[in-house]
Amino acid sequence: MNSDRFLAREAIGDFLAKLIQTGYTVFCPQKQAGVRQSVIFAPWQKGQEILLDKATVAPKHLVLPQSEVLFRYTMQKDSAQPEKVDVSLDDSQASTPTVLFAARPCDARGFAILDRPYLEGLFRDPYYAKRREALCVLTLTCSSGCATCFCHWTGAGPSSPEGSDILMTEIAEGFVLQAITDKGKKLLAASQLPEAGEKSEQATSARKAAWQSLEKAPDLSQAPQKLAEVFDDQDFWRHWTQACLSCGACTYVCPTCYCFTITDERLGKKDHEEGVRLRSWDTCMARHFTEEASGHNPRPDKAQRMRNRVSHKFSSYPENWGAFSCSGCGRCVTHCPVGLDIRAIVLAALAATSPQQRAKEAS
Amino acid sequence: MADTAKATPRMQQGLPARPLINGNPYLPMPARVIEVIRETNQIKTLRVILEDDDAMERFHFEPGQVAQLSVFGVGEATFVINSPPSQKDYLQFSIMEVGEVTRALHKLTPGEVLGVRAPLGNFFPYNDWLGKNLYFIGGGIGMAPVRTIMLHVLERASDYGDISLLFGARTPKDMSYQYELPQWLSHKDLHCTLCVDKADANWPHKEGMVPQVLKALAPSPKNSLAILCGPPIMIKYTVETLLELGFAENDIFTTLERRMKCGIGICGRCNIGSRYVCTDGPVFTCQQVRKYL
Repeated sequence: MNSDRFLAREAIGDFLAKLIQTGYTVFCPQKQAGVRQSVIFAPWQKGQEILLDKATVAPKHLVLPQSEVLFRYTMQKDSAQPEKVDVSLDDSQASTPTVLFAARPCDARGFAILDRPYLEGLFRDPYYAKRREALCVLTLTCSSGCATCFCHWTGAGPSSPEGSDILMTEIAEGFVLQAITDKGKKLLAASQLPEAGEKSEQATSARKAAWQSLEKAPDLSQAPQKLAEVFDDQDFWRHWTQACLSCGACTYVCPTCYCFTITDERLGKKDHEEGVRLRSWDTCMARHFTEEASGHNPRPDKAQRMRNRVSHKFSSYPENWGAFSCSGCGRCVTHCPVGLDIRAIVLAALAATSPQQRAKEAS
Repeated sequence: MADTAKATPRMQQGLPARPLINGNPYLPMPARVIEVIRETNQIKTLRVILEDDDAMERFHFEPGQVAQLSVFGVGEATFVINSPPSQKDYLQFSIMEVGEVTRALHKLTPGEVLGVRAPLGNFFPYNDWLGKNLYFIGGGIGMAPVRTIMLHVLERASDYGDISLLFGARTPKDMSYQYELPQWLSHKDLHCTLCVDKADANWPHKEGMVPQVLKALAPSPKNSLAILCGPPIMIKYTVETLLELGFAENDIFTTLERRMKCGIGICGRCNIGSRYVCTDGPVFTCQQVRKYL
C-alpha cells in the first residue's frame, strides 16, 4: 500500500512547527551573512523563512559536530591521602531527537558513507552512533543536476534514497513525502499529513525527468584500481596539485570527509583541576595533520596530501568498504579557491599510463 | 549510472577480526605510575598499573600491541607496551621526550595519575614463527617493541630456532635497557650484538650503523625471519640490507609508528594507502608496506 504523504508548500511551516512541538530539533537550510552569503543547516524556529536551497556546507555536523566533548576529567586530592590525586572521568552525552529538513541526496548519502567507518568498523563510535540514531533525514530530491555536482558518477542520483529516512519530491502544488526507513514511516504516520494518493505518480515522473536531465556519466568502476596504479606517480600528483593552497576548504564543505583530531583543554580551578577532551574536525590537506613530534612527516608535500584525499574517496575507502566515499555533491569543486576539480583528477587517473608503461612506450 | 567500486570490503577478504572494546573506546582507564626508570638523556621508562584492580587482573595483550597514554589536560600519544605479556604486575612503556605529551609523561613521578587506552592494534604473529630462526633488530627507541616480542619468544625459546638480537644506538649513552644488557649478552638462548654509531673509549662492542653492522654479521636468511624497529631512516636501510642478504619481503616484520589520534581506525591520519597503522598494524610485513617506507 502506498503510504506516501502530501505536504502543501504553504503547510511546511506548520509541519515543522508540529515536529518541534513533539520534541524534535529541526535543522533547515538558512541564509548566513558573510563576505559571501552562504546557506547552512541551522536550528529552525516557527516563523522563520523556509528555504530549500542546497546548503553551502554539508550537514555532517549533525552527526559529527565541528567540535564536541568526548569526556570531562576532574583531578581531585584524595580526602584520605592528601598527597594522592585521583581522576574522575565523565563521558555522559546528551542527545535530542533531530529532524534534518531539505537535505539533498548527496548530503544524505554522506551519512551512509560515514556510517561504515563509524558504526561498522572494528570499533563502534558511541558519540556518532547516538547522534545518528536520533537523526531523521528528510531529503529533497533534486530536479536537475548543477554545473559542479556529479552524484550519478559515484553510484547515486538525484533521487537516491541512501542515507535518507524520507524522500521529498517537489510537484506542482507541493511535495510528496515517501518514507524510506521505519524511522521515516513513524514520523510520517505521526504527522497528520494527508495521503498523497495519485500525487505519487507526479513525484515519480518528476524524479524520472530529473534523471533524464543528467549528462551521461563516465564509468568510474576502474577508479580504485587506476588510482592505486598512479599512487607512486609523483609527476601525476604534482601536476594535479600545483595550484593547491592546502587550505582545507574542500574537506570543510565535504559531506564525507570525516578526519578529526583529539585535543585536551584545561579549565583550571584553584583547588582541583578539570578539563575536557575534545574531538574536532581536522583536514588531511594540512601539513601538520600527519607531522610527528620528531619532525618526521609521512605526507610532507601537498601532492601526497591530495593523493590521500582523492585516493581515500575513490580507491582506499572502496577497498575497505566496497563503495566510493564521494557522494558527488561538487562542493569541493565549487568552493576550491584555485579551482581544483576532483572529477578531473579521477578522470586523469583513469586515462593515465603508468611511468613504467610510459618508459616502455618511449623505448 | 556508473557502477560503484568493485573492490571487496576488507571484512570479506578473510582478514582477521579483532575484538570490540566494550563501551566507549575513547575513554581511558585511569592508571598510576609505580616506577620511573631514566634510560638515557631523552628516554624514560614508566611502569604503570591500572587503578581498577579487576581491570588490571583481566588485562591481556599480545606482544606488539600498543596503548594510548593520556596526561589529562595535555593529550594522548601512542606507545608500545614493552613489557612481555607474562609480566602481570605492571605495564611498561619507554618514552622518548620529543613533543608536548612526551614532555608531560616525562614529568610524571611515582604515584601520579595518567590514562591508558589499550590494548590497541595487531601483534607479532609469533605462532606462525615456530621452528624459525628469529633475527631481532632494534634501533634506539625502536628497541621498545622489539624487547616485548623478544622476551616473549625467549620464554619459549625451545619452540624456535636460533634467536639473535642486534641492538644499536647513536652512542653508548643513548642505549636504553643498560641494566638488562648483561643478562641479554649472557642469555643461553640469545645471540646478542650491540653496536653504536659512534663509540667511546670504554665501548667493548661494535661500532657502526645498524645496516652496516648487519651486513658484516651477514645472518643467513635460511629458515629465518627478521623483526625490526627503529627510526624511519634506519628501517629503510636495514630492510634494504636484509633484502640484499636474501631475506624475503614476507619474512621481514616491522612495527610502524604514525601520528595517531583515535587509535581505532577512524580519525584518518595513520593510514598507509587503505591500511590503518592503528588497526591493521602496527605490525606489518615488509611486503605489505615496503613502498611506503
